[in-house]
Amino acid sequence: MTRSTLLLTALGLVFVAGCNRDAGSAASTDTPSASKKLKIVYIPKNTGNPYFTEVNKGFEEAAKEIGADFSTTGPAAADATSQVPIIKEQIQRGVDVIAISANSPDALDPVLDEARSKGITVITVDADLVGNESHRDAAVLPADFNTVGTSQVELLGELTGYEGDFAILSATTDAPNQNAWIAKMKETLKDPKFSKMKLVDTVYGDDEPQKSTTECEGLLAKHPGLRGIISPTSVGLAASAQVVDRAGVFPGGPHATGKGLELTGLSTPNQLKKFVGTGAVTAFQLWAPSNEGYLAVYLGQAIHLKKVIPAAGADFETKKLGKVKFSSKLELIAGPLVKFDKSNIEKSNF
Amino acid sequence: MKHREIRTLALLLIVIVGAALRAPRFIEATSINSILLWAPLLIVVGMGQMLVIVTRGIDVSVGSMVGLSAMASGMFLRSHPNTPLVWGVAVALLVGAALGAINASVIAYGRVPAIIATLGSLSAYRGLIFILSHGVQVDSNDLPDSLSRWSSEGPIHLGGVTVPWLLVAALGIAALAAWFVRRTRTGRDIFSLGSHPEAARLRGIPVTRITFLVYAITGALCGLAGLMYASRFGFVNPGTAGQGLELIVIAAVVIGGVNVTGGSGSVVGVLLGCFLLGVINVALSVLGIDATWQQLVYGSVILIAVILDTLARRSAMRTSGAI
Repeated sequence: MTRSTLLLTALGLVFVAGCNRDAGSAASTDTPSASKKLKIVYIPKNTGNPYFTEVNKGFEEAAKEIGADFSTTGPAAADATSQVPIIKEQIQRGVDVIAISANSPDALDPVLDEARSKGITVITVDADLVGNESHRDAAVLPADFNTVGTSQVELLGELTGYEGDFAILSATTDAPNQNAWIAKMKETLKDPKFSKMKLVDTVYGDDEPQKSTTECEGLLAKHPGLRGIISPTSVGLAASAQVVDRAGVFPGGPHATGKGLELTGLSTPNQLKKFVGTGAVTAFQLWAPSNEGYLAVYLGQAIHLKKVIPAAGADFETKKLGKVKFSSKLELIAGPLVKFDKSNIEKSNF
Repeated sequence: MKHREIRTLALLLIVIVGAALRAPRFIEATSINSILLWAPLLIVVGMGQMLVIVTRGIDVSVGSMVGLSAMASGMFLRSHPNTPLVWGVAVALLVGAALGAINASVIAYGRVPAIIATLGSLSAYRGLIFILSHGVQVDSNDLPDSLSRWSSEGPIHLGGVTVPWLLVAALGIAALAAWFVRRTRTGRDIFSLGSHPEAARLRGIPVTRITFLVYAITGALCGLAGLMYASRFGFVNPGTAGQGLELIVIAAVVIGGVNVTGGSGSVVGVLLGCFLLGVINVALSVLGIDATWQQLVYGSVILIAVILDTLARRSAMRTSGAI
């Protein structure tokens, strides 16, 4: 082989490897059918994330109920642009409804517009196009996002007796959900009720175990008397729980200073069962993610068949979840936050 | 100690002193523990990567091999909750060695250039992780406590600093690697092969066998590192386990003075390189470098170190009269 052909082959392989990574490892279960079944695809932020696995269960349940042809495919990493090629693929496949948990509030706009121009109904699930709502038909959100930040600060206050320094360990610096919640947390702190609680640091673990671990350890090093950490992301909270458990700085732990550090945030219960057992985590919150997928299927079908035209204040009804109202930004809320602690964690399994 | 090792050590001290001056907390127990837990994975995989680079090869699939071994052993421990950990070690080593042997066969017998063969397996093995796990991660409550104790406990305690079992194991492997390259015939053959492949062939060194061996060893070490990963992080996610590790390991090995054109390198140098990257990584977070800047800073530091190394080598060649 000459040097140049070698180089070309190498470049080719880099390209192929790159594409594979973009396209992710699709857990596709689609079977092309001749009948006029509604074709729905769900594109999570990344595959292998237990949270989206749970969302997916709701999709499967509802798709079965209405007899839709459902499939899911997502990128390996939750990068801003990693979903673009996947959306293009799905447009080519000729799906009727694209449900997507967006990795970026704006990077997907052009390709989503392309999908809608071909008659595809676009529904954002769990992560919306904040500020660019006109590029999708409607959104299904896990909880009233305006209340998530407040609920999290309230929970930490309950745990720490409404006092002390605390920090936030978030996902990526450009994650829309995270930033909206952090902004709300800051606003909530202005309430006199929280006057003795002080946000001293905000760090980003990029939803990677390694980075989240390093950042959490960095927090413990930087702020020795820290009373609390809020990690409103499941990878960040799981990694932090391991760090706090090992460091033994939780209330009653071997290296706790003063009353100890309360770690809390948002996570699926299974990820934290062990740490609620050891005491590293006292309580945390989440909604029922499967409700989002469930609602998205019914909503996608209704919009696609023009049975419903999303409008602010209009009702949308499903048998399982009852009546929900469209917000002014055409969002539907799938359910309230649930608190998990020793009393109920063994009963949940997701 | 050789020239290059002294330079890496100097760089290590400069970074530590610099970081400590800006943030005195950097030399407190929490950050030191963090560094001591960061290095073991790098060291174990780095020893294999060193052997590979010494033979003028490269293995960019290490991240996926670590991830797949972590997933396989994690799933094994999940379905056999009361089994002794030694079986987990066996599964991890076996899976790693098998993956390494596949790379090794393609490179040694198939004569496919190492960069291409391992680029292919980087992607293929990552795909296998998803297929094997059905895209579902292994959670912390699926893994035995004895496994996480490898990283939370250790034989030496100084103040609040614990030298974890993970590091003890990694240093043990480094010692084994040092013995292997210096005291065994095969170890010395690896270096002869790297410094002059043609001469090595003429001298009757079994080139194909040696090439096979270095990639297979790297695979087995990645297997062990996979179980260490599960111990360190407490959960194994199919998308992120080991992802991007190849870049960090290759950087650590090169900064540690292993010559990318083959033939030279030392265990001590690689150890220093691994600690240097660990120190930089932890320093970035303790110094509170803005998250949006961290990747840029991290990458730049690696580039600068490698450029310094290349410049120094070039000037050394000039003074010694070589080309």
